Amino acid sequence: MAAMAAMAARGCGGVWRRARQRGAGRPAPGPEPGPFPRGQRAVACNAKGGAVPAGKSGLAPWIPVVGLEIHAQISSNSKLFSGSQVQFAAPPNSLVSFFDASLPGTLPVLNRRCVEAAVMTGLALNCSINKKSLFDRKHYFYADLPAGYQITQQRVPIAVNGSLSYSLCIDNKMSQMVTKTVRIKQIQLEQDSGKSLHDDTRSQTLVDLNRAGVGLMEVVMEPDMCCGEEAAAAVRELQLILQTLGSSQAVMAEGQLRVDANVSVHHPGEPYGVRTEVKNINSIRFLAKAVDYEIQRQIEELENGGTILNETRAFDSKLGCTVPMRDKEGKQDYRFMPEPNLPPLILYDAKSLPANMNHQQVINIDWIHERLPDLPSVKREKLVEQYGILPEHSFTLLNEDGLAEFFESVVKQTQMKPKKVIGWILNDLLSYLKQHSLTVKESPVSSSLLADLLNLLEKKEISSTAAKRVMAIKTGNRKVLNKLIGLVQRKTQGRSNPVLVKQLLEKKLSE
Amino acid sequence: QKVSVEVLDHLEHLALVDFRDAEGVERLQKAIQFADQLHEVNTDGVEPMDSVLEDRWCLYLREDDVTEGNCTKELLENAREKVEEYFVAPPGNIPLPKLEERETFLQGS
Repeated sequence: MAAMAAMAARGCGGVWRRARQRGAGRPAPGPEPGPFPRGQRAVACNAKGGAVPAGKSGLAPWIPVVGLEIHAQISSNSKLFSGSQVQFAAPPNSLVSFFDASLPGTLPVLNRRCVEAAVMTGLALNCSINKKSLFDRKHYFYADLPAGYQITQQRVPIAVNGSLSYSLCIDNKMSQMVTKTVRIKQIQLEQDSGKSLHDDTRSQTLVDLNRAGVGLMEVVMEPDMCCGEEAAAAVRELQLILQTLGSSQAVMAEGQLRVDANVSVHHPGEPYGVRTEVKNINSIRFLAKAVDYEIQRQIEELENGGTILNETRAFDSKLGCTVPMRDKEGKQDYRFMPEPNLPPLILYDAKSLPANMNHQQVINIDWIHERLPDLPSVKREKLVEQYGILPEHSFTLLNEDGLAEFFESVVKQTQMKPKKVIGWILNDLLSYLKQHSLTVKESPVSSSLLADLLNLLEKKEISSTAAKRVMAIKTGNRKVLNKLIGLVQRKTQGRSNPVLVKQLLEKKLSE
Repeated sequence: QKVSVEVLDHLEHLALVDFRDAEGVERLQKAIQFADQLHEVNTDGVEPMDSVLEDRWCLYLREDDVTEGNCTKELLENAREKVEEYFVAPPGNIPLPKLEERETFLQGS
């Protein structure tokens, strides 16, 4: 188990290798093949698309298939079907209405903002928006689902048939990026469940319904991905899109973005293998690990003559492996039925807009489309075009919250060419921030300070070493201040007043 | 066509209903027969109806304002057991025992 956990996929373009050979009982494949020692199988997840046969060992290669189901919490003030507040971390059961608690006599009332969020997201993902979509009940028993069913959109969801483009670096080189696309099967509106806290010592579950009824957008991605890196890149791009739209804050750590992975493997030319569902993935990094582990686990199992069960597994982040999930009783029968308390959701566009309806009751898809902000891919293109930076630079700028704005602010305030500025932003500022675990917003080096430094650099009044040192100090290294004083002394050939220099530097640094 | 024991057992698991005796099963049987009459109508090319109110029943859209909640005390009054404002539930689902393992008239059928 540990060996498998320690093993990492080499990323797209890389090759799948099995863990060290274990034990006897393995059928001998024949003479030692090339680079792959006996018993080792190679699978390639090639960035150019599809699996690359790597059967140098004479054994059939595997094609991993990965699909994702992503639940994004809608960023709204109140819940999907009730007026209770949506907020992370509040006293238990304080954000719960009678409807959320499923008390008899209560009815769902749809929140307009949640519909708009789903439409925005559907448009951003190139989906067809269904002008008529329906609500259904999905039945199952669990303590955090008081009604015994979840209201969802199983028959006709609000958006279908979209796509998401994302980029990957080949061979871990940022300079070689490749664009891939994953199809979006659908987006549906549904209710979130409450939270169960398991108290194993007292053999009980504590239930908090604050989250019960919060609006979710379930985004279903087709199984177009082939490894953990692709899955992670796709989810990261979706996260950026959602945050740009404002339809979800998509913070995984706060449960606003939850990802379940469906994984299977098969030989080329053969039908898809049995898939497992992997849950309990709490970060994008763990998503890649969980997917890669599961692919490898399935390959090993099948090569050892075993079979894959159509089961749900949980990712254990400490051990880096997936384990069967308890409490999942075989194949569930959800007894889907139309939600009798909600008529169809009708959306309009400029053409079909009804003449005499209250504006507040009408959602116009075209109106929303016109007001969509620039998506990350468009923002990147604009940055590249406007500033002449490289595409991979634009990726890093957008990947760090606030960094693109910081860069643009510095460019405005300095004579240094943007192509040079970007180096200072990405190589120096960003690495200093990372070293001290600071976000861009927490940066002690303001954009004006950096701009000033770069201006001095351009005018050759300071050296680049000096500029770097100033940044290092600001982000936390006092020792360097004295070195800097020494440098100024040398530059001015001892003619500067050290006390004054120190004062000036300290003043500048505290800006 | 009679409803099989497997389906009856499946329904008891899913919905936690208790058909209890032959009369209960017969009632289900009659309900299915009643609904099956719908099949006598040819609905080829006809869209399923959502509601008899059709176009007159418009889905009401609510503004995104906080208007409810903050009634923890009232809600917890309904709880048989509570721990510091949490509802208390068993550690996991307690599924209905399998057909062979529970006392049910369905066994004899």
